[in-house]
Amino acid sequence: MSAYILRRLLGAVPLLLGIATLVFFVLDLAPGDPTAFYFSPNVPPEVLEQLRINYGLDQPVHVRYVKWMSEFFTGNFGFSFGKGRPVADILIETLPNTLILTGTSLILVFVVGVAVGVWQAVRQNTLADGLLGGVSLFFYSMPSFWLALMLVLLFSLKAHQWGWPVAFPPTGMTSVDYDALGFFGRLGDRAMHLALPAATLTLALAAGIARYARGQMLEVVRQDYVRTARAKGLPEHTVILKHALRNSLIPVITLLGLYLPYLFSGAVFVEYIFGWPGMGRVIVDGILQRDYPVVMATSFLFAVMVVLGNLLADVLYAVADPRIRYE
Amino acid sequence: MSERRAGAAPVIASALMPGLGHLLGGVPGTGVPLLVGWLSFLAIPVFAWDRVRAAPLGSLDDRIALITLVVVPLLIWAASMRSLLVRQGRARARHTESQWDIAMRRLRRKPLAMAGLWVIAALYAVALLAPLLAPHDPIAQTDIVRLSYRPPSGEFPLGTDRFGRDVLSRILYGARISLAIGFVATAISVTVGTAIGALAGYFGRFVDSALMRFTDVVLAFPRLILLILIVALFQPSLTVIILVLGLTQWPATTRIVRGEVLSLREREFVQAARALGFRHTRVIVRHVLPNVIAPVIVTATLGIGNTIVLEAGLAFLGLGLQPPTPTWGEMVNAGRENLLGAWWLATFPGLTIVTVVLAFNVLGDGLRDALDPRLR
Repeated sequence: MSAYILRRLLGAVPLLLGIATLVFFVLDLAPGDPTAFYFSPNVPPEVLEQLRINYGLDQPVHVRYVKWMSEFFTGNFGFSFGKGRPVADILIETLPNTLILTGTSLILVFVVGVAVGVWQAVRQNTLADGLLGGVSLFFYSMPSFWLALMLVLLFSLKAHQWGWPVAFPPTGMTSVDYDALGFFGRLGDRAMHLALPAATLTLALAAGIARYARGQMLEVVRQDYVRTARAKGLPEHTVILKHALRNSLIPVITLLGLYLPYLFSGAVFVEYIFGWPGMGRVIVDGILQRDYPVVMATSFLFAVMVVLGNLLADVLYAVADPRIRYE
Repeated sequence: MSERRAGAAPVIASALMPGLGHLLGGVPGTGVPLLVGWLSFLAIPVFAWDRVRAAPLGSLDDRIALITLVVVPLLIWAASMRSLLVRQGRARARHTESQWDIAMRRLRRKPLAMAGLWVIAALYAVALLAPLLAPHDPIAQTDIVRLSYRPPSGEFPLGTDRFGRDVLSRILYGARISLAIGFVATAISVTVGTAIGALAGYFGRFVDSALMRFTDVVLAFPRLILLILIVALFQPSLTVIILVLGLTQWPATTRIVRGEVLSLREREFVQAARALGFRHTRVIVRHVLPNVIAPVIVTATLGIGNTIVLEAGLAFLGLGLQPPTPTWGEMVNAGRENLLGAWWLATFPGLTIVTVVLAFNVLGDGLRDALDPRLR
């Protein structure tokens, strides 16, 4: 197993190099340059020229490429043009926030998706199955940014207006009085702020997982060992939850890995809409400000998380299914 | 066949009103959509006669709408007559049943997929007819003092926005952007994806590993971020958006096509074609590709829905076509600044997106079942 993990890790290296190269050249081919950010009638051209030299933008492309790659892989992500701080600092600040959001959502996606899918499979071709299938398809077809806005409108703004017992905060990660709260107060405050963003990410992706888990479960229920378990006289819930469920979960793990890019894409919108101080917002701001070092580092980090996530999914797959041997 | 030969009454009924014959003949699944389509097209000149009369002298959009208004009802009429006559055994079908006829027959038995198909057809019609249908001008700013942020009412069925523009009209015009981008971008991505997948699967070895590593790189990159990156750097325009959406979606098709081609390559008929000394191009184009069309069509259908969502997402972030061009994503974004006061602004364009994407997803699912008997 460890040999397999090592081999996969080594295989990921050229992939990451490829991604870093892709990012570099997309940004390099783009028209305009980052000093345009400082352009104004009050700034003399010599100053702009000096800025270009300071940033190293006057060097030929291959020099910058090699320089950038070698710095990049020794952990020096450079200096943000827009914020005037090291990119690494910005990432260290925002990465945990993104991980809290996406991690919570991923767990919820798995639990909700599988629960709904299994529930549907057990009641195959009943009204409940059809209704849930329809609801899943509805959420599956929904743009996450619109879902986010509708959740804000209903459960934050309207809830507040109509005096519902619970109105979730529409933006931010903590309240203004966060520092004055006790431990449980802080925990509750964070949970309240996390609720709507995590719900947005969860609903759309869980719908896909539910559709898949339902099909998978129906497949497994037809297997011989499930018939055997029933023939032994085991109660139905034991058959479903112990014998069938565990086997139908295995492919769901891989699917979760494949969903990671969607999760992070969704996180970009969700962070933008909810003012969540994570990497998604950093990257949108960075792109709009042509803050090259920030954009390069952030998109690379997103790609790294996708690659590692898929690797983890493959490893979990091997752990969950002993029939699979990676030698 | 002779027992299906019915009287002339349905034919005469259909000649006057397409679809009626199917209804009388007990095929409401075909009859109702044909009838509804026919009647809605007839209703347009009745209710918007002024605009129809002005259309020949109007802009290109107006003239396209007028052509659509004339041609589509004729097509509906012809299709309805032909289908009825074939059903009754009065006319012979053009050819024996092909695999596409079989798939179509299977698809017809799926009400949900057919509903999706009709919704999509209606949307394309709406997009083409927008100048005749839209109650107000989608772009011109009106009396802002009096007309901005009007809630839905008789005059403005879906309300107005900050500049007093009718939301319904903007949604109708926005349909053209979304549907056009979805269609063209997916056409590009499917073509590129099939080509790369076929090359990788057919030639294998070095070609395969090189192409698939490249595919992996594109797949591992969160697509939205790549899209934002490119669109933001190159300034959004229709061409840039279509190209970028088309050229980042192909990996999905590539993987499916490659998998199919890998197994097709070993099949006897491909081996035979190669043994006959055909050139690689001919083997791929004539013998391999026709057998991967079915999964490609399914991917494409689902891909259009996906592309429409992504385009809306870009527009939402301000990276779509620039205002005042109406796009659904930009409209949702505009609704963000006054979400509580003018809920209709973000709600209706979003619901439209959901409807369209839902239609494509349902149709895609239906096509998958209809085209791929292995999955049944």
